[in-house]
Amino acid sequence: MNKKAKIAAFPYLIWMAVFIIVPLALIVVFAFTTTVTVDRDGNVLTPEEVAEAEAAFWEENGEDADIAELGFGEKTVFTIQNILDVSKYMNTLLNSIWLALIATVICLLLAYPVAYFISRLHFTKQKVMLMLAILPMWMNFLLRTYAWMTILERNGLLNQLFSLVGLGPFQMINTQGAVVLGMVYNYLPFMILPLYSVMTKIDSRTIEAAQDLGANNIRVVGRVILPLSMPGIASGITMVFVPAVSTFIISRMLGGGTNMLIGDLIDLQFLGNAYNPNLGAAMSLVLMVFILLCMSITNSIDDQGTEVSMI
Amino acid sequence: MKIGKLSFSKLCTVLVFVFLYAPIFVLIANSFNASKSRAIWTGFTFEWYEKLFHNEIILTSLMNSLIVALVAAVVATILGTAAAIGIHNMNSVLRRFIMSVTNLPNINPEIVTGVSLMLLFVGVNMEFGFTTLILSHIVFCVPYVILNVMPKLRQMNTSLCEAAMDLGCNHWQVFRKVIIPEITPGIITGFLMAFTYSIDDFVISYFTYGAKAQTLSITIFSMTRRKVSPEVNALSTIIFVVVLAVLLIVNIIDIKKHKKEARR
Repeated sequence: MNKKAKIAAFPYLIWMAVFIIVPLALIVVFAFTTTVTVDRDGNVLTPEEVAEAEAAFWEENGEDADIAELGFGEKTVFTIQNILDVSKYMNTLLNSIWLALIATVICLLLAYPVAYFISRLHFTKQKVMLMLAILPMWMNFLLRTYAWMTILERNGLLNQLFSLVGLGPFQMINTQGAVVLGMVYNYLPFMILPLYSVMTKIDSRTIEAAQDLGANNIRVVGRVILPLSMPGIASGITMVFVPAVSTFIISRMLGGGTNMLIGDLIDLQFLGNAYNPNLGAAMSLVLMVFILLCMSITNSIDDQGTEVSMI
Repeated sequence: MKIGKLSFSKLCTVLVFVFLYAPIFVLIANSFNASKSRAIWTGFTFEWYEKLFHNEIILTSLMNSLIVALVAAVVATILGTAAAIGIHNMNSVLRRFIMSVTNLPNINPEIVTGVSLMLLFVGVNMEFGFTTLILSHIVFCVPYVILNVMPKLRQMNTSLCEAAMDLGCNHWQVFRKVIIPEITPGIITGFLMAFTYSIDDFVISYFTYGAKAQTLSITIFSMTRRKVSPEVNALSTIIFVVVLAVLLIVNIIDIKKHKKEARR
């Protein structure tokens, strides 16, 4: 059985090479190269020199002359300039990390008691409550973010409620706070699920035993529940932080055009006005390396090596 | 952890649930709001639902999403199940390497996966459309299938295969009669996960779609950029009801199954 069965994976291995490894290799290649214009002799020209030469050419031969006669071509050269350029956007990267961290911590603080509460319920109720907790997750991501636009606008619901008690309209949308709120709202179920998954495995009798031995509530949480739920915490943090740091939808819909995150910048390089795939690839590479670093740190903290699987 | 009748965790749970559902209920309420403005209520109406059903773009993109999700999920399930069986029988070094690469689309931020696939398609000069869309969806669907089938393979009793071969089965029969029934729950779960993630996907579709092959998420995205779209609220309400119904049915079946087994 064993030897023959290995062949079954071959189609997938080819697929994996073409659609996972090659694209990532492309990102690395794009990150470390750039396309330059070269003249007939192979000398690299700066954009200014190209513009000068083209203007001179058109003056000499008239506006309708074919510019290809100049003999300029394009060459791809190795460069680390793209990676260095990413440092110009360090502010945005750090800002994205900071906001994502805040959102992750808030999610953790909110999800922890909820997961605990649900895990202590009777089985049937648990299923129902869990279903209700993840139902928003099954709704379209964009619609959920869009819902908050309605609430946070100047004439939105929250401001209307505030005006009822005489508080002036607050600028809530298009702020960093709105972006964090959007992150928390969208990713909270992703924190509840792994936490719940681990907490159901915590036997109630363990908690009772601790209480019998005289531990007050704080000690029970700190010395029993918290250590036992570490794998879930690690899992939840990963599932919230990674999408939060790389999102561009939330920042665009709730942050307006001004609160840009690293995701927005990457998007701009590829599909936006500032078309520069090399810089975009460099940013993606930096982001990817950063995420992989974070994950290896998280994995080393969770040294039990327990994998928390979802549903 | 009880402080009086209302424990701290219960209070938190209630508040969090209010927080989770408030925006959804706002959307639902607004879907019946006769006024286009999202904050002023002028009257009850089904107008937006009617408009929604006549909205060609939304209906087409819904159809596109379903087709893409179905095709991607089916292909991913076949590819992933075969892969899981193959990987399961490899030595641990090779297995760990392949599983790390398999997990890459999951670990990577979606934007990196999307951008990398876009570079690939641009590099081979492929026209952006259904093909690129479906291929990209298969990329992130296959890992879910593999991750769901592998545990089932691990839990499977290998003596069953050997017993079947002792009784005269060739490899294909062992596969059909012993292995497939054992891993079917994993295959189904993998398929459903793949389908669900594909339907809901936005970021990867955003980088690999074509003008003629827009998914529902892309259409919603372009609709939400233009601030006046009450049909979006009607769409949200319908999605909410459908998802609620599906989850209710799944859970009721699950609870009934559990009760039946508890009675035995």
